This record gives sequence, C-alpha cells and structure tokens, in this order.
Amino acid sequence: MCQAQEEYGGCDQPQRRPRVSCAQKCMKCKEASPVLVIRVGDAFCKACFREYFVHKFRAMLGKNRAIYPGEKVLLALSGGPASSSMLRQVQEGLSREIAKKLRFIPGIIYVDEGAVCGQSLAEREETLLQMETILQASGFPYHLAHLEEVFDLPSSILQRAPHSPAGPENSYKEAVEGFICQQRREEGGSPSLPERRIQEKLAELSMREAPGTEGLAAPGARLLGAVRTEQLVQLFGSVKTLTAKEELLQTLRNHLILHTARAQGYSKVMMGDSCTRLAVKLLTNLSLGRGASLAVDTGFSDDRHGDVVVVRPMREYSAKEIAFYNHLFGVPTVFTPALDTKALEKASIHRVIERFLFGLQAEFPSTVSTVYRTGEKLSTAPGDADPATGAAEPQHCLLCLCALDTNVEDGSALQAILVSEQLSQQRLPAASPAGRGCCPGAEEQRGCCMNTTAPGADARADFLPLLCYGCRLTIKDTTCLESLPLYVRSEAERRKCRAAMKLEIQEFLLEDEAVNPGES
Amino acid sequence: FEAPLCGAELLFDGIKKHQVTLPCQPEPWDIRNLLKWIKQNLLKERPELFIQGDTVRPGILVLINDADWELMGELDYKLQDQDNVVFISTLHGG
Repeated sequence: MCQAQEEYGGCDQPQRRPRVSCAQKCMKCKEASPVLVIRVGDAFCKACFREYFVHKFRAMLGKNRAIYPGEKVLLALSGGPASSSMLRQVQEGLSREIAKKLRFIPGIIYVDEGAVCGQSLAEREETLLQMETILQASGFPYHLAHLEEVFDLPSSILQRAPHSPAGPENSYKEAVEGFICQQRREEGGSPSLPERRIQEKLAELSMREAPGTEGLAAPGARLLGAVRTEQLVQLFGSVKTLTAKEELLQTLRNHLILHTARAQGYSKVMMGDSCTRLAVKLLTNLSLGRGASLAVDTGFSDDRHGDVVVVRPMREYSAKEIAFYNHLFGVPTVFTPALDTKALEKASIHRVIERFLFGLQAEFPSTVSTVYRTGEKLSTAPGDADPATGAAEPQHCLLCLCALDTNVEDGSALQAILVSEQLSQQRLPAASPAGRGCCPGAEEQRGCCMNTTAPGADARADFLPLLCYGCRLTIKDTTCLESLPLYVRSEAERRKCRAAMKLEIQEFLLEDEAVNPGES
Repeated sequence: FEAPLCGAELLFDGIKKHQVTLPCQPEPWDIRNLLKWIKQNLLKERPELFIQGDTVRPGILVLINDADWELMGELDYKLQDQDNVVFISTLHGG
C-alpha cells in the first residue's frame, strides 16, 4: 500500500486541483494518475479500469462458452451492486456495433422479498417503483415476481428436467458462424434480429408479469395477495434460526426464478454473484454441511435443474471492483433491506463467515481470491449409483436438487452424527433402536416416530430422508412443516410413496448390478 | 464537505448525502478525526456497523474525491475544503 507523502508534481488531472497522491502511475497506461487499487497494489486509472472491467465480463463468457448466440438468458436482478453491474455489462455488450458483440437475448427478473424482510406494503411499492425505473430504462423485457408466488408453484419445479445436450466444442463455433450468416441474410439496414425481437417483446409485454398475485394493484387480487403474504410471513416465522431463514429464502427464490425461466422459455439464468460473495458462500456452505455440492453452488455453471443452467459471470469481480465501477460510471442500484440487515454479528452463520472473511481480507488482501481460486478447482464428479436403494442414478435432494450425500456408511461422519444424536436424545423408545424404523428411508432418526404422538414428528421423519444434509439442518429448524408451500409437500409425498412402493416390490425387481446376489 | 453514503444510510437516519461544515479546530482534519466526528454527530445507531476501532469496518470502502483512499493515505489524509468523501458498503446487511 502507498503511504501519503508530500506533494507529488505532475499527478493532477485537468479538472482537479492538485492533491496528495501516490507517486505510482496507473500500472497499465503508465500515464494517468490512478483512482483505485485492485488486488495487491495494482493501481488503475479510470479509463483503464473501465476497459479492464468490461473486458473481464466478455472474457468470462467467451472462455466458458456457455451461452450460445440467440439464446434466451434471464438476468436475476436483486437491485444490489453486483447484479446491477451485470445488467450494465450486458447492456454494453449487446450494444456494440462490432462483430464481437454479445449475441444472446436477455430478459430480467426481479423478485420482491419485502414480505419476508419485514417491509410494509408502502415500502415495497416504493422499492418496486424504483426498480421499475431501472428495468424500463434497460429496454429488455422484464418480469416482476413476488416471493409470495412460491405458494403457487407446480411441484415439477422440484423434478430434474431432462438435460438439453451441451454439444462439443466445435459446435459452439458452428453455432456462432451460422448465426452471423443468418443475420447477414436477414439484415440489410434493419436492426439486427435480436434487437428487433426485444423491441417486439417489450411492446407486447405487460408491466407486471405476476401470475397469481397482482397483489399490490387490483383490489380483487389484493385479497389473494394478502393471504399469500400472511402465509409467507408465517412460514418464515416458524423458522427458528436466522441461518435457516437465509437458506430457505435462497431456496425459494431460486425455485421462483427457475419457474419463471421455464415458463418464459429461458434456457439460462445469470446470477450476479461476485468473487467476494462466492468466497463467503463457499465457507458458509462448508459450515452448513453442504460441502458435497460446493462445485455447483459456487462454480460458473450450475446445471442441477437439467434444462435451465445457472451461470455466474460476475464471479471474478471482487466486491470492491464492482462498487467502484458502479460509483464511477453511474450504475443505478436500489438498496433493499435484507433478512440480516442490522442483525447482530453472530446472528447467523452467514454473518459470522462474512465478518471473518472481510476482517481477514483487510489485513491480508489476497484472502478472498485465494478462497475463490481454491473453489475454482472443485468440479462435479459424475453421479455414482446409490447403494441404499440400488437406483441406477443418484437421488436428488427435494429442496436444493443436489445429489443426496446422505449415505450412511460405516465410519462416515454422518453415521457418527446420527449415533450421537440418538444417544443424546432424552427419551429413548422402549423398543430396540436397532433395526429399521417405520420410515421408508430409515437411515434417519430411529427413535423419532415412536418419540412423540404429535403428527408433526412423523411428517418430519418422513421428510428428512428426502433431503441432503444441509437442507435437513434447515428443515430441522423449521417448527411447522405445514407452512411449507404446497409444491414441496406434494412432491415429498409423491417421492415417499414411490420409495415405499419400490420397497414393497423390491424382491420382484430385476437388478442390473450384482450388489445383492440374493435378490432374484 | 459532502459525505454520500450508499447502503449505509439506514444508520444515518436514512439520509444519503450529508453536507457538513466541520468546526474549526487547532489540529488539521484528517480522516481519522473525521470518523470520530461522524461517530459522535451523525451516526444515529449501531456504530459498530460502520466503525471498528480507529477505522471503518472491514468491507466499507472510502472514496475521497472519487479516488480510493488507499492512494491518499487512508486515515492520514488531510481533508481540504470542498472535499467529497463517499462511503460504500460492500457487505450484506448494512
């Protein structure tokens, strides 16, 4: 870092009066005086910084070749700095007149979570108005969704759709070439195809695409909206810890975004997770027991849903770079209080990790990038067969759709946890704890069903085996399972019935593998 | 001087921009003193969300006249007339 010293000649820019500044020039152009320091001691001037920032975005997309020309991509805008910056980069990328301009068709989604964060209707309206200004100014088709809509989602959200084939490397080049040729044929003076389509879409799109709740506008639907808001508040009220609330919020938000993407024909979703946020997420997920799904949770592309792929193009930008860019180049953002705004330091695991990481970063500026680079090395392994049920493909968690990581093998950490949980339970059932419990998935809490007479315990015991370890912790902190949205409960019911049915006919099934030689 | 804040305005009565005239005092005003002054006079609640010890909380960026304060000497920068200081929070939750 540079220390302040006395006058340095020749460092001033035309409009500014001379100020005390570091003797170092911009490290790229070596001419202008720097305005910010990135990473460790890399000083950039404004113009070079802008170039660097814009280039990084395009390089990220180009390197991963995840987005095909003409594809419909949904941008998830939260109003925060990273996603707003992402929107600006997409706008810039699409507007270039050169051959290298970005070629996909963007749409935007904004999810209003005000009900969960304790905002009044008036406050939510105001935030929505601000957001709409930004959305309309972008010129892209947009969708406003309210988190209350999760209660109307179909249970197909929780089912993994067939994966559209990605295609080998050279097909990307072919696709690009084909697209350019097609464009040249159709053009001849008129606006290019994607832009024309966008204009058409904007013309026919209604202002608020909120299936189910136009809640804040029309009086008839207002009632439904109020009911849903009440349900949502009740759901989050029944979650005991802030950590679980955050996790649940993320899960529901992702489902809603996925639903909109599927309904409107988007094959990709862009999330604005920055490097800093992903580093925090990585460590947080480790603490939450989600280590098995780190690669999809923090990687560039996340294909757990099959047909819709989530990409994270902002993952190499640190929060500082984004904040500076937004400030220097006037990117509009809307500040909305989140679940943990003004919460105490240790209120949730997310906060603790964030504080830890930021504090460390202040002393050791390469902390965040080190965590990030380590995370980059993670990759998804091909799914293994699940030995417990003998299924050919791995089971997926009901809520987060990651591969289930809860096979209790001898000596595994999970087994140790279950054993100690069982031993530390105060009321041990009279019946022997060994042997399978009355739940189909039976790896879970053995004494639980016999423990209390409350139906809640039964429901929970049936529910938990369908979840990965991390989601189990979230649900364990939820006191009232009934307040979960219908699609979750009905999908859980469906899977439970299927598992029970499979168990019944197990001995009549022909097995492919020689795992159980005794079976016929 | 002006002190716009982004996202942290919840701690400052919801006011984003503050135009402030600092009282005269024998020692010259530097950022360190400015922070102390802000804590005493402008911060309405939860000082620990903005200030940590002598300096700002990690995660809060400080821009002096649209330039990184790291280039200006951080806490030791001597404030001048009409200086523009911006605090940007990169944290979640305030």
